[in-house]
Amino acid sequence: MSSGATLATAVRVLRQLRRDPRTLALLFGVPCLLLWLLKELLSGQPETFQRVGGPLVGLFPFVSMFVVTSVGMLRERTSGTLERLMALPLGKLDLLAGYGAAFALVAAAQCAAVSTLGFGGLGLDVAGPLWVVIAFAIGNALLGMALGLFLSAFATTEFQAVQFMPAVVFPQVLLSGLFVPRERMAHGLQIVSDALPLTYAYDALERTARTGVLGTRVAADALVIAGSVLLALALGAATLRRRTA
Amino acid sequence: MIRRMGASGTAVRVERLRVVRGGRVALRDVSLTVQSGTVTGLLGPSGSGKSTLMRALVGVQIVHGGLVEVLGEPAGSRGLRARVGYVTQAPSVYRDLTVRENLAYFARVLGVGPERIDAVIETVGLSEEAGRVVRRLSGGQLSRTSLATALLNEPELLVLDEPTVGLDPVLRRDLWDTFHALAGRGSTLLVSSHVMDEAARCDALLLLREGLVLAALTPDELRARTGTADLDQAFLRLVEAS
Repeated sequence: MSSGATLATAVRVLRQLRRDPRTLALLFGVPCLLLWLLKELLSGQPETFQRVGGPLVGLFPFVSMFVVTSVGMLRERTSGTLERLMALPLGKLDLLAGYGAAFALVAAAQCAAVSTLGFGGLGLDVAGPLWVVIAFAIGNALLGMALGLFLSAFATTEFQAVQFMPAVVFPQVLLSGLFVPRERMAHGLQIVSDALPLTYAYDALERTARTGVLGTRVAADALVIAGSVLLALALGAATLRRRTA
Repeated sequence: MIRRMGASGTAVRVERLRVVRGGRVALRDVSLTVQSGTVTGLLGPSGSGKSTLMRALVGVQIVHGGLVEVLGEPAGSRGLRARVGYVTQAPSVYRDLTVRENLAYFARVLGVGPERIDAVIETVGLSEEAGRVVRRLSGGQLSRTSLATALLNEPELLVLDEPTVGLDPVLRRDLWDTFHALAGRGSTLLVSSHVMDEAARCDALLLLREGLVLAALTPDELRARTGTADLDQAFLRLVEAS
């Protein structure tokens, strides 16, 4: 692995994003719009907005980065650039780390924008420190990126890649505890929920927002997210083949 | 002084290569050699296995039998990645970056200095388009951008899949001059084409048909063997005689 190739890849990915101002506007604008919409929707139940708003700030990057990476990596596969890179002296880790660094940066910026609106303009409040929310936002972004990278191997068109979003993201969000507390779920669903990484991200964000206590539970959640990112990256790396049929 | 690897002798050795792609036999039983420091043309009708053979040489193709040795190492070896350049038929560059940004990225990946970027832009005649986003370029300019990335490090073996398709005659002539200049500096080039006037500019020809090597000879030998000066005709006669 070489830091030069990793940095070059990160710069290249960021340059590509910069060339697409509409995507950038959507990346930053849509979460802000949704958060504002939620505030208006829950104007009669401010305590509900407080309960879900904080964790949502940390969950948005998961969705955004999943979509951006699955489509972006599919383009690398279909345009022949991935085949070219695999024939060059570029390590798979350099490519993955480059993507990771670029998207972590975008996730941090996205989270900063949404946080500014949420905690500033919309009166959202978290009991714990804000950096924990941002740290989990970046972790979630890397998780979304790694899963998007992996699943892009199973899509042959951008239509398919986009359809993976509801298939992979929605069940995780539904079962995370955001809509229905996990203890009120049917036993079978709880087991599924236990197996989904976003559940742990939500748990940590919810605890940070509500109690502000950074105990062993939040640390364990962070470890699960880190492990999931590594597992998804390993799966993604396995789909980067130097030789193909 | 030790001569640069590949300055003489065999750059590519293929023996009994067999490749199955998508359920059909793309290469049946291919054996060939490519001499170092030459421009070798790979000719054959579409579907004859040219691209598959090139993929096997650069080590991105799963093969089902036989031996492929490139610059003295098994094709696809880690050590070959910086020594072998490959340009696919479909331009493989980032369409949302400029010509210069594309080259800057591949230069960093290849570990060559930034001064090479302007040099290859000049070589492929894209100086005026260097700052333009690749998506907005014409088809010929797009494929020249793709070609430029492979010239960055002057690899010892350059495998080019139909690099001159859609280019005007002046540019085609210039690029062929470039190919010969590279060969003169010790590189080996394998260039696929189905344009016969390009075959005349090769030092050696490999004629491929239905996954088999139909003939391996020089342009003069092809003319002599088939009794015609026109390479188009010569190729047709060879195909019909087989």
